[in-house]
Amino acid sequence: MKIVVAVKRVPITGGKMVLTDDEQAIQTRHLGFTISPHEECGVEEAVRIVEAQGGEVVVLTLGPAEAEEQLRESMALGADRAIHLVSDEEWDAQATAGALVEAIRSEEPLDLLVFGNESADAGNYQVGIRVAYGLGLPVVTGLKGLAVADGRARCEQEVPGGRDVYDVPLPAVVTVKEGLNLPRYPSVPAKLRANRKAVDARAVERPAPTLEKLRLVVPEGQGKQAEILGNGPDAAPAVVDMMQKLGVV
Amino acid sequence: MNVLVLVEDDGDLSLQAVALAQTLGTTTAVRFDGTYAPAAWARDLAGRGWDALVGPGSDRGNEVLAHVAAQLDLPFAANVIEVRGDEVTRQRWGGTLLEEARVHAERKVFTSAPFAFAPAAELPHVESVTPELGDAVRVAEHLAPDTGGKVSLADAKVVVSGGRGVASSEGFAIIEELAALLEGAVGCSRVVTSAGWRPHTDQVGQTGTKVSPDLYIACGISGATQHIAGCKGAKKLLAINADPEATIFAHADYAVIGDLHEIVPAISAELRKARRT
Amino acid sequence: MPEAYQWPTSARAVVIGAGIVGNSLAYHLAQLGWSDLVLIDKGPLPNPGGSTGHASNFIFPVDHSKEMTQLTLESVRQYRDAGVFTESGGIEVARTEERMQELQRRMSSARAWGIDDVSLLTPAQVKELVPYIEESVILGGFYSPSVGIVDSLRFGTIARERAQEQGALAVFANTEVLGIDVANRRVEGIRTTRGDIETDTVVVCCGVWSPKIARMAGASIPLTPAVHQMIDVGPVPHFRDTKGVIEFPIVRDMDTNMYERQDGSGLEIGSYAHRPILHDPEEIPSNEEAALSPTELPFTEKDFQQQMEDALELIPEVLNDESVGIKYAINGLLSLTPDGLPLLGETPEVKGLWSAAAVWVKEGPGVGKAVAEWMTHGESEIDLQSSDIARFYEHQKSRKHVRSRAAEGFNKTYGIVHPAEQWESNRNVRLSPFHARERELGAAFFEAAGWERPQWYESNAKLLDEFGDRVTRREAEWDARWWSPIVNAEHLAMRERAAIFDLSAFCIFDVTGPGALETVQTVSMRQMGVADGKVVYTPVLSQRGTFKSDLTVMKLGDERFRVVTGGAHGMADLKWYADHLPADGSAQITDLTSAWTTLGLWGPRARDVLAALTNDDVSHEGFPFATCRTIEIDSLRVLASRISYVGELGWELYVPIEQGARLWDLVWEAGEPHGLVPAGIGVYGTTGRLEKCYRAFAFELDADYDVVEAGMAWGRVKTPDFVGKSAHVTHRGQDPVAVLCTLTVDDHSSRDGTKRYMLGREPVLSKRGESLLDAHGRRSYVTSAGAGPSIGKHILMSYLPPENANVGEELLVEYLGERYPVTVATNDSTPVFDPENARVRS
Repeated sequence: MKIVVAVKRVPITGGKMVLTDDEQAIQTRHLGFTISPHEECGVEEAVRIVEAQGGEVVVLTLGPAEAEEQLRESMALGADRAIHLVSDEEWDAQATAGALVEAIRSEEPLDLLVFGNESADAGNYQVGIRVAYGLGLPVVTGLKGLAVADGRARCEQEVPGGRDVYDVPLPAVVTVKEGLNLPRYPSVPAKLRANRKAVDARAVERPAPTLEKLRLVVPEGQGKQAEILGNGPDAAPAVVDMMQKLGVV
Repeated sequence: MNVLVLVEDDGDLSLQAVALAQTLGTTTAVRFDGTYAPAAWARDLAGRGWDALVGPGSDRGNEVLAHVAAQLDLPFAANVIEVRGDEVTRQRWGGTLLEEARVHAERKVFTSAPFAFAPAAELPHVESVTPELGDAVRVAEHLAPDTGGKVSLADAKVVVSGGRGVASSEGFAIIEELAALLEGAVGCSRVVTSAGWRPHTDQVGQTGTKVSPDLYIACGISGATQHIAGCKGAKKLLAINADPEATIFAHADYAVIGDLHEIVPAISAELRKARRT
Repeated sequence: MPEAYQWPTSARAVVIGAGIVGNSLAYHLAQLGWSDLVLIDKGPLPNPGGSTGHASNFIFPVDHSKEMTQLTLESVRQYRDAGVFTESGGIEVARTEERMQELQRRMSSARAWGIDDVSLLTPAQVKELVPYIEESVILGGFYSPSVGIVDSLRFGTIARERAQEQGALAVFANTEVLGIDVANRRVEGIRTTRGDIETDTVVVCCGVWSPKIARMAGASIPLTPAVHQMIDVGPVPHFRDTKGVIEFPIVRDMDTNMYERQDGSGLEIGSYAHRPILHDPEEIPSNEEAALSPTELPFTEKDFQQQMEDALELIPEVLNDESVGIKYAINGLLSLTPDGLPLLGETPEVKGLWSAAAVWVKEGPGVGKAVAEWMTHGESEIDLQSSDIARFYEHQKSRKHVRSRAAEGFNKTYGIVHPAEQWESNRNVRLSPFHARERELGAAFFEAAGWERPQWYESNAKLLDEFGDRVTRREAEWDARWWSPIVNAEHLAMRERAAIFDLSAFCIFDVTGPGALETVQTVSMRQMGVADGKVVYTPVLSQRGTFKSDLTVMKLGDERFRVVTGGAHGMADLKWYADHLPADGSAQITDLTSAWTTLGLWGPRARDVLAALTNDDVSHEGFPFATCRTIEIDSLRVLASRISYVGELGWELYVPIEQGARLWDLVWEAGEPHGLVPAGIGVYGTTGRLEKCYRAFAFELDADYDVVEAGMAWGRVKTPDFVGKSAHVTHRGQDPVAVLCTLTVDDHSSRDGTKRYMLGREPVLSKRGESLLDAHGRRSYVTSAGAGPSIGKHILMSYLPPENANVGEELLVEYLGERYPVTVATNDSTPVFDPENARVRS
């Protein structure tokens, strides 16, 4: 079983978005970074499949030099190898997909390609799908359930009113959502092993963007001035009164 | 401009897509029937002549339009809130940050950001299509939910949600109690699911469920941006928190300051009292 | 948002910061009768997001510092009273032989400060208590059963709420201080996001933010925020059945600078081993921006690599289990100071602006009480002189100094720090005018108050041959570290002929004006109404009659008194005098430290040397002891003061700093035919004074002992009033509870035959090996230790209970786990060398 998982390095934000002076990025001076949440579940799922069935998990990222941290995080979860497409610039979804396709080709043949449904920061919802077209593979998105056996993948998507199930032959591309599993916390030996592994780093040139970021903007607060219904349990009658007026009671 | 809009139903997300489409030009609307097969539905859309293609900001809307963009090798801007010629304003970080971007293509592909602007008053004439699926990947089976009659988070009219302030898995008993009284659903923040106090299916947030109830009650939730991204669709938000400066209050319509472990049961008691009279 | 309190327009005092310190302080102020108190924090309650909020919360009481141990024991008492202390025991483990020796030192310190329940364990015994430890990796452990963890947030809340219940305190969270108003260098009020408050007393308890707040008032709180990494792993199978938060002893892996403690079902692992990561107080993220809290910063994984290996080596049973995952990891922020001690007291720059910063959870409540007492009574029950914020010289408050020393000190948090160990960073800031000559002579420079002072001179190595067997060598590496036998040789040369000493580190200031006499009279125990040219050595007392300082005052005129005090406490002394200037402005203080330099000249031939340099009368009759006058040497007008801290005939010679080098050369040349040698502080500060049983501040003289106990109640009590007078009079009328004695070591032989030499702070025991306690519960310990080359003995000083304070009494001193016989040589201030003081008065 050979599985390639794509991950992206994203900042862990607090309660407030602060931009750099040039409005091109979030001010990350005090922020930590992590693997985008959907993708963390993707790595965990891939590792579980390979733990059960044997094989190899390769983790792949397109990002700055520091993104090596996220590759090592992935290897601490159990990924076997890591490929780092190194670029300091921000790439749009179309360009990202193109670079990933090329890197993944060097890993073919493979059985499964795992993406996050959308990245926590840019939220473009398309990289996994574009890569599938680039490689001529079927794709199912937004998975909350995945079972791989006998050269096929049984995929579950949450939809209003229940779950939709897809059944596709491998190799295939899937995009997953947080909730697919609860990722493990890496153990100390796992981290030490991961830190000793070599990472295959390759420089990449960003093509001209087709969806070109001009600037970022922090949306105005709605200017909400919350109406204080009271302090402590004494506020209960006022709360129920409000509920009645809203018609939810 | 000729604009084609994909609609799913007469709900808010589709009406918002319609509203966005109508700002761009003459709009025709299409709806697909039959088994969901995104690549096939996309092929149908891709084969039509349009200058701009707009879809709803739902899972399927985003998926189908991404397929179209991949098939036609066009850029695709998801969760757009405004279009100005070649420039768009779209959402990042679940809507807590915006991006202004330029689309370098003649033909535009957008999905509209949910709850970002007023939906159209009504649907225009909608063409119903049942496309040829060919060998496209499609839904094989539909599973009904095993909720034991509980209200689903995505559909609930009222959501009672707990965060770090609830402090334990047992602490959610009072949250469940209030949710039951209101015939609503229980939600929680990502801190809670990471701690293992509630399953991920209860998680409201950017990477959890995005909810749009009439009333969202946030108990002991500080208001991190990724959580706000999940509940900003609520019509009204009541925040209950011991810290009067918690970020959540900047997003709230109503506030109660104090210890949720006292306040939430008091509200439940008051509700029971109101019902008896 | 609705407020529980009305915003006050004025307050008796405003405490800024609701961490462990601010909360404790507010409570103790209320207990001491303060009301109209305001407590402010820019964050929410109960956890405003400072260091207290993520602290490891464990307390190991044993410390090499008496003061810190006292503060910790007091804090533990308060934590226990509040019901937030859980005893777990703690073990400091050793991986090296050097560390095993250090653990012996810990045992001794424990005994010296009255902590008796400690013991040294074998690896097998450690494993019995901590079953998941890998015993093959350790050589032993130092076990303190009374170690425990506390809920510091809960304590703070209880303390704060008690003060509120008393009606003494109003609390405002989510309120940020924007400015502090100061006029004529006094606090007038504060400005906040919620409004202004008029007050003349502000206490900064802001932890890592303290420098920023102090700067608003134009004052300095010299600390730097620094990172301390910690991770939490779990769930740990060994802890599955634990009820509560901790059942196994906390382990401090000293040699790797790490600790491991149980935290419920998880194991918390912390480190002080990484590279120092310093932050800027002006750039700490706000509560809103931070993902967790302003002092829980993102973990930098690459700094924790070695630590993971070290932890794995010590606790493989837990950490090798792949199901034990890393659930929490932060770079936690805490406060570091240049000398590793807290910053307490009124700032010297602004009256009414107090600091209670750089305090660890283990000292918090104790500090709260002590600072509250200080604010109320002018002094505290526990001596805080080593934490006094007034102790810093200007250069020590600089960002560069604070950061470089904090960085250097950080990796020594669990380090083995020799009592005489020298700092390496930021040296050579204050160089005396004699510096070039000293370098040429091979001076071994030690730093004090920022000054580079020769401890001894390598060029004096030739004296080792000259004095041969009379110079004691030290065989053990630890005893001989930061020392040289040359010190003893210089001492002998001085006593035989004469030596010169660089005394530039003196802090010198003049008290002038019509009110000068009143000022010095008030501060000094001894009579200051003396003739011009008189030099008075005097203790400076606290209200309770114990020691605030000891120093020398030269009366230069009716309106001019020159105070000369040791560099180490000079700045605190300066503030004390300044605080006692008359309110009518009739006296002023001028700091002349950088205007004058001092050269000491002492020895039997000192007069011969000086007479060759000047036409002025320097005979015994012409220039009596304890007087000063200006004499002319070459073209220099030198203020000569005939006193001696080494017990020899001689003078302190004061000249303007720019003339120092010339003075050195003149004295050097005149001294050559007399065999004059340069001698270092090894002689001046230790061997010379110990042979004369001269007491030293912060060694024998501190706030714990009074003048009678110190054997310094000479002559009559002067008539004019002075600080501490009534207490002193009372002490004179009572039998002392302890007596300061000088002892000599009878036999230095250790078990393996090596001769060992005590360095100070060792416990003094009875012949049967029992601790000696006086009626106030104070333990006997060595306050000073050093060689007495002229008498051929190693000398120790110690306070003893009166029943043991007999000349000839045989006792023991415990040093690195072994006991050595000692004998009481004197039980008053009679010197062990030249008891008649003939040399000084010759």
